Amino acid sequence: MIKEVRLHGRGGMGTVKAAEVLVYAAVKDGKFGNSIPFFGFERQGAPVTAFLRLSDNPIRPKTKVYTPEIVLVMDATIMHGVDVCEGIHGEALLVLNSPADNLPQLPEAVKQLVTVDATAIALELLGRPLVNTAMLGAFVRATGLVSLAETAAKAAELWGEKNAVCVRRGYDEAMIQKVAL
Amino acid sequence: MANYDVLNGNRAAAVAALLCRPDVIAAYPITPQTPVVEYLMQFAADGLLTSALCEVESELSAMSVLTGATLAGARSFTATSSQGLALMYEPYFRASTLRLPIVMAIVNREMISPQSVWGGQQDALTLRDAGWLQLYVEDNQEILDTIIQAFRLAEHPEVLLPVNICYDGFYLSHMAERVAIPSQEEVDTFLGVRQPSPVVLDTRHPIAVDPLTTGEYVMEYRHKQVQATRKALQVVQELNSSFAQSFGRDYGGCSESYRMEDAEYALVTIGSMTGAAREAVDLQRQLGQKVGLVKVRLLRPFPVQEVSQALAYLQGYAVIDRSVSFGRDSGILFQEVAAAMYTLGKYVPAQSYIGGLGGEDITVPMLQQVLAEIAAKPPEPTARWLQQEVD
Repeated sequence: MIKEVRLHGRGGMGTVKAAEVLVYAAVKDGKFGNSIPFFGFERQGAPVTAFLRLSDNPIRPKTKVYTPEIVLVMDATIMHGVDVCEGIHGEALLVLNSPADNLPQLPEAVKQLVTVDATAIALELLGRPLVNTAMLGAFVRATGLVSLAETAAKAAELWGEKNAVCVRRGYDEAMIQKVAL
Repeated sequence: MANYDVLNGNRAAAVAALLCRPDVIAAYPITPQTPVVEYLMQFAADGLLTSALCEVESELSAMSVLTGATLAGARSFTATSSQGLALMYEPYFRASTLRLPIVMAIVNREMISPQSVWGGQQDALTLRDAGWLQLYVEDNQEILDTIIQAFRLAEHPEVLLPVNICYDGFYLSHMAERVAIPSQEEVDTFLGVRQPSPVVLDTRHPIAVDPLTTGEYVMEYRHKQVQATRKALQVVQELNSSFAQSFGRDYGGCSESYRMEDAEYALVTIGSMTGAAREAVDLQRQLGQKVGLVKVRLLRPFPVQEVSQALAYLQGYAVIDRSVSFGRDSGILFQEVAAAMYTLGKYVPAQSYIGGLGGEDITVPMLQQVLAEIAAKPPEPTARWLQQEVD
């Protein structure tokens, strides 16, 4: 089975790179993945979307993801302007960067919610709100689709050991939230 | 044991070029090809790539530099997209008519206007009659593998023609997936020892290249080029087999048939849409429709016999184009396929579909819809346009 994932962020947050790290981790785990970025207009702060597929078998479609089971949102404010949960179905899992005590209004289609305060982790460890690595940790915790070790290793290779710590902190601090159904 | 890595399409192209040890690389950056140039420069900075790198100020210069370099006997590589290819037009034609075995990746991008940096195959398909051999590929592994094959194709003593490896902008160029990277030794063995070109510039033995030539000789030039181009059909097939033996990956050669054995209807595809089309075929089969697909890999020379035989016994087929042939109300591949079918001496109902322009997607549901539609409706003389369902 192919798991389809859509990642939403803003230019400069490493959204596209995060999707690629998950493909790397999957391949290292002996599985398959592909990720396609959709930049729209390339500028810092503008909404960025990345499409990700993970599977135990080779993946043939090289298309965008329209009906994800999992959506990852790097910045909750993006939900004001972008319907991040468009087409979500199945397990309908949202992995969201948000403090646990200040959750935004969720789209009705969401059935499961995992949050982490990735901004707080990034500010503490990196001194800048580069949230993608903490969000990767939360994604791994929420889905179990790729291994934590390979995800952290790739983050360390690309951005240094501190980012591997961010991945692990995101994993440890990810919280499963109750969703009113 | 193959070495697996995760590469986007542009990196797959750059790695392939690196493994083929070109003597000269001259390229000018343009979206979405830019990372190819950046990766090659990085390989050179890291001491991995020993090619002479020529930093040029335009695509016109890039192709002109490679014209000179190749005439002097160099193995050469470049890459471009869209407007960059258009700016190359004059030396592009000359490279083929001078029979220069240059290998160039084209990262397919829409032509302006309106301004667009996203995908579309108009750029390369428009140049189908300029004498280059053109191969279109489906995924990143095929980019890497086909570039390796392309050097042997271009340099084959009975071919000696430049080759384009065309891959879709963004859908492949920026898509990351698992790719098996062969070792340098394996690639060296596959490429073998290159036979020198029959004409090589040599300052000790000066010759004139391209003097003013009368029609009598131009006719001979063209006739010989047509023969060499025809020969390429056979060489592509041989290289595909030889590559499959060495590396275990078989792309079918000039075209590939998928689930065509008992098919009544089929899609004809080109480029990255083929993966989605395979899914669509499988899903329609599950619904009981006997369908298949033919992927066109080699556009020039066009595998007339192979493609027409594959489609001969169908009740109908659809050709999916990421391009427009203005004034013919169809996509460009559609015309190629329809003309090939003419040689059969019988009519098989055919419909042109146009989609995926300017970065638009060609999705699995769209292609399922096409398969259902060609079985239900007779073909029309003008193209149908694929569109996302808007809710």
